[in-house]
Amino acid sequence: MTTTSRWRALTHHHLFWPVAVLIALLLVNVPFTPDFFSIRMTDGHLYGSLVSIVLFGSPLILVAVGMTLVIATGGIDLSVGAVVAITGALTCSYISDQADQNALSGVFLALGIGLVAAVLCGLWNGFLVARMGIQPIIATLIIMVAGRGVAQLITDGQIITINSEPYKLIGGGYWLTLPFSIFVVAAVVAVTVALTRRTALGLLVESVGGNAEASRLVGIRSVRIKIMVYMFCALCAGIAGLMISSNTSAADGNNAGLWIELDAILAVVIGGTSLLGGRFSIGGTVIGALVIQTLTTTIYTIGVPTQTNLVFKAVVVIVVCLLQSPKFRAKVFGAKGRAGTSAPAPAAPAADAAPKMEVSR
Amino acid sequence: MAEPQPVLEMTGIVKEFPGVRALSGVDFRLFPGEIHALMGENGAGKSTLIKVLTGVYSLDGGTITLDGKSVRFGSPLQAQHAGISTVYQEVNLCPNLSVAENIFIGREPTRAGRIQWKQMRKEAAELVDRLGLDIDVTAPLSSYPLAVQQLVAIVRSVGTGDSDGEGSGTKVLVLDEPTSSLDRDEVLELFRLMRRLRDEGVAILFVSHFLDQIYEICDRMTVLRNGTLVGEHMVRDLDQVGLIELMIGKALDQLEELHEHQLRSDVGETLVKAEGLGRTGGIAPFDLEINKGEVIGLAGLLGSGRTELARLLFGADQPDSGTVTVGGKQVSMSAPNDAIGAGIAFCSENRKTEGLVPDLTVRENIILALQAARGWTRPIPASQRDELVAKYIKALDIRPANPEARVGQLSGGNQQKVLLARWLITQPQLLILDEPTRGIDIGAKAEIQKLVVSLSEDGMSVLYIAAELEEVLRLSHTIGVLRDRKLVAQLTNGPEITTSKILETIASGEHQ
Repeated sequence: MTTTSRWRALTHHHLFWPVAVLIALLLVNVPFTPDFFSIRMTDGHLYGSLVSIVLFGSPLILVAVGMTLVIATGGIDLSVGAVVAITGALTCSYISDQADQNALSGVFLALGIGLVAAVLCGLWNGFLVARMGIQPIIATLIIMVAGRGVAQLITDGQIITINSEPYKLIGGGYWLTLPFSIFVVAAVVAVTVALTRRTALGLLVESVGGNAEASRLVGIRSVRIKIMVYMFCALCAGIAGLMISSNTSAADGNNAGLWIELDAILAVVIGGTSLLGGRFSIGGTVIGALVIQTLTTTIYTIGVPTQTNLVFKAVVVIVVCLLQSPKFRAKVFGAKGRAGTSAPAPAAPAADAAPKMEVSR
Repeated sequence: MAEPQPVLEMTGIVKEFPGVRALSGVDFRLFPGEIHALMGENGAGKSTLIKVLTGVYSLDGGTITLDGKSVRFGSPLQAQHAGISTVYQEVNLCPNLSVAENIFIGREPTRAGRIQWKQMRKEAAELVDRLGLDIDVTAPLSSYPLAVQQLVAIVRSVGTGDSDGEGSGTKVLVLDEPTSSLDRDEVLELFRLMRRLRDEGVAILFVSHFLDQIYEICDRMTVLRNGTLVGEHMVRDLDQVGLIELMIGKALDQLEELHEHQLRSDVGETLVKAEGLGRTGGIAPFDLEINKGEVIGLAGLLGSGRTELARLLFGADQPDSGTVTVGGKQVSMSAPNDAIGAGIAFCSENRKTEGLVPDLTVRENIILALQAARGWTRPIPASQRDELVAKYIKALDIRPANPEARVGQLSGGNQQKVLLARWLITQPQLLILDEPTRGIDIGAKAEIQKLVVSLSEDGMSVLYIAAELEEVLRLSHTIGVLRDRKLVAQLTNGPEITTSKILETIASGEHQ
């Protein structure tokens, strides 16, 4: 009895399905690459598939973490990919203008310029959404489209390459045997969790997203909170932009962060945060981003032909989304659950979904 | 005069929802060339009856006869084809299209698949002209005020019947609260159109919360209460007091016996003072003084402006005239924040949409107002928060007494207590309760009323809104009476104030 109830508590945890999918995806690789889980030390650096998944997934995790808060307020930010490009372009073009590209002061200044530009993009988004009342999908579409143009303007339509050792560290360097990006991601995730759960920000964000009118009547300054959240999301995208351009030592206004907004939204959804707003889970988002990166890696390891890998990806995403849907689970696993334990098991997640359905109408 | 044949006859209509019998055996008839009012309190079954008639809901029992033929509508479209048109409170048209396009949308005159624009404009202009309206049919709908848009909606629904091959014109026109957002002149314009249609032989079913309008325009009325028919009367045969008695279901003198007094007589100095506070389309400018420790009850029919008054005092809607002072200081009242800062709290009548955040836990919902006031950078320390929450869960007996429970899963009464706790934690000076006892069980109802009395004894002022007059009478020191979006009287509670007295004031609109 206790084991079944413990099992039920586990399967009802909001991270159960994302984690299960992640583990399943990782296991799929084993028959194709028997040493998939092994990590070896070469030249004082750790190497292995797991390390590369986190390394290559770093920019996506950053963008998705920022996106989580925006989505929790009931919004969406399509401009993050363009912000990635703008930040990379500004930073790299500043560094490339320096006489000594390795000078720390120049690099720090370049980082500052890039991130300030990112935050300004977020301020613009937040202003349009919260103050002007423009629908988030439209408001952020502006920078999504125009931002790529701005990035190409900065780089003169060229791919700017730089040769700066300190800058290379962010996205391509190692520290304490691990890729430096992992530390950056860990720091951003830790700061986000602290910012939302150690202060009241998380509660107020969830309240605004869960019921905007009730939040207004309870005196929450939702305009201020929304603007902050869009700025934070853009900052995260900016850091991801630094990471991507640093990794390749180049700024590509056209392709840097292309379609990352869609992967980020997907990561947030896989992580269990509803697109309707309200409850959010940073941990879920990190796992969601890892699922997407693992999927990409898996496609290469098991040798899916290049021309079909988008189809393969789509199929997996559909399966993940179905597994997340309480209705689907009740239909497929419901019969078993009812016979084994008791009726409320499938009913509980259905009830969870009910209030959200009402909000959407 | 010989009794004419009704165009529409509904007999023994039954409609059930899970756990509720919304209509039990209601009879209703409508004669051609009459304006018929459907009356009843909130929840009496008016809208259910209309939705059954217009095909939105399916029937669980009974028959509908239209023009002597038995009919059964599976969808609003079928009802429309049969000649029953409906115009709802909100205008369901496309503001970006022209008036003519709106009138003909979905049934544009076409030839070989192409819309005949010229013919459409001509027909629309003729239709508008015939109904005596002065509207340019080529202008976009959004260039006209809401009232005209409402008229266009009516023209559209009349036109629908006209040009349909299957129907022989609109026989029945249902107007569900079309006047709620119109001003006096606009209402007159609407009435002119209604009379014209009536004279053309259309049977009009009219629903409105404004008693004066009913008495001005209607010929006959049907009164519902709790899903049953309580009477069909000619309007000239039934006065307003009689109508209210029918709607509420108690004779006025019967109500008096229920009256009891257990009120504190002394109240403190003035706390909140509203002067000339008003909002167009909401409530006419009013003056109101609330003393420290005083309970002010608001009485009036649904839609009489009770909620609107409360929302203005809280800054939930922006007033367009008047001032509010709290404790001698003027407060701008442009947003709820201003009111909260001045120590005013407001529990909305719509728990779900304007109160709770259903996804959050009981604890989070309870601390929300206090946390919002402190701002996001100063979270309430966990120990202090848990202590506060536990204290209020216990004091208000919220069940389950689990601060981690999701508030959406609680019963209505417990949800209401959570909202009360949310505001009590902020220790407001004035607590506004809009229908705090609606839809909750008897036990919780009594507890909330007791709580109001004890809060008042502790010096908190309360503005109390309830549909049940006994409730208002039992709790209030002063009773504000509203009618047709006006505060028409303020009665000091005493032995001579009875529910029938309040009802008379509501019916007559003046203070004797």
